[in-house]
Amino acid sequence: MRLYRADLHVHTVLSPCGSLEMSPKQIVASARKKGLDILGITDHNSTRQCEVMKRVGVREGIHILCGVEVNTREEVHCLAFFETTERLEAFEQIMENHLPDIKNDPEKFGYQAVVDEDELILDQPGKLLISAIDLSIEEVEKKVHEMGGIFIPAHIDRMRNGIIAQLGFIPGTLQCDALEISPFTNHETMVEEYRYLENYMFIQGSDAHYPDDIGRVHTRFYIENTGFTEIKMALAGLNGRKTELV
Amino acid sequence: MNVSDLVNDLGLVIYSGKKGLERAIKGGYASDLLSDVMGNAREGQVWITLQTHKNVAAIASLKDLAAVILVKGNQPDEDTASHSDEEEVPILGTELNAFEITGKVYEKLKAHEIVQS
Repeated sequence: MRLYRADLHVHTVLSPCGSLEMSPKQIVASARKKGLDILGITDHNSTRQCEVMKRVGVREGIHILCGVEVNTREEVHCLAFFETTERLEAFEQIMENHLPDIKNDPEKFGYQAVVDEDELILDQPGKLLISAIDLSIEEVEKKVHEMGGIFIPAHIDRMRNGIIAQLGFIPGTLQCDALEISPFTNHETMVEEYRYLENYMFIQGSDAHYPDDIGRVHTRFYIENTGFTEIKMALAGLNGRKTELV
Repeated sequence: MNVSDLVNDLGLVIYSGKKGLERAIKGGYASDLLSDVMGNAREGQVWITLQTHKNVAAIASLKDLAAVILVKGNQPDEDTASHSDEEEVPILGTELNAFEITGKVYEKLKAHEIVQS
């Protein structure tokens, strides 16, 4: 097995709260500087920056895992990743259909820009992407898994939009491929506080909104290559693949 | 004052947990953050929220609350309703928003000297 360093929670300029410096080039450059191998691109309720990220990543030797940070009806943030462009686009369509019609006010929330490799703005989605979509967390989880994706409740330790704060506890019936913790805690503290979490797989992500934040924490993946199946196996702890928090 | 009195007085819809309608009301709590309710709601309170997730029924039962009132016409998810039936904690509904229904519940509880102002 080879060791790959992964930060699976990174925003781009498409997220209104993401810095304007978070262009594909700068994100990849920062990831290289931090010694990362895999980046998860997870903007709020949109996957539209993923394809350009993937192209820049391929060129610069950073593997891009295409995904999104969904805000469910309960205002729980969840990471979702998909293997193919087709599935990513199908999920994008679902989110667009369920995003409420609230306009983004760039002055208040920040700019939402889809950019190309040279940082030229291709589009600015009109709807505010950080709103909660009108699908329950169970509905989102089910759709992600129907499409062969990976489903991970984000920053579960955080009071703002973490699953434990919003829902009191993690429903035992929710199929989580892992749970993500923020840079501000660690696995030991979480399991000590919530005993029932000890059977879950954990990852730790930066939730970077600025280039310097990328890789401030990461998760180690022991896998043969960066294929989607390998990453899934590592999260399931199968066939010698595994993950490790640092 | 029990839950069915409140249902009649305020014209609330009964979605589930009918067997719990005779539960006595000892106060009220309004919050949409379920961890907050777990930490701070007290036994016998009526809980006002917009959340419809099944954890609502689980927490209402865990905290031994009198009933849950869903606001703005929100309806319980299917598994939320079935859990509330099992646990016999009624889930009620209103078209009013949280501010409006909280005011009305508060006035009722005050009139019955369940809460003091």
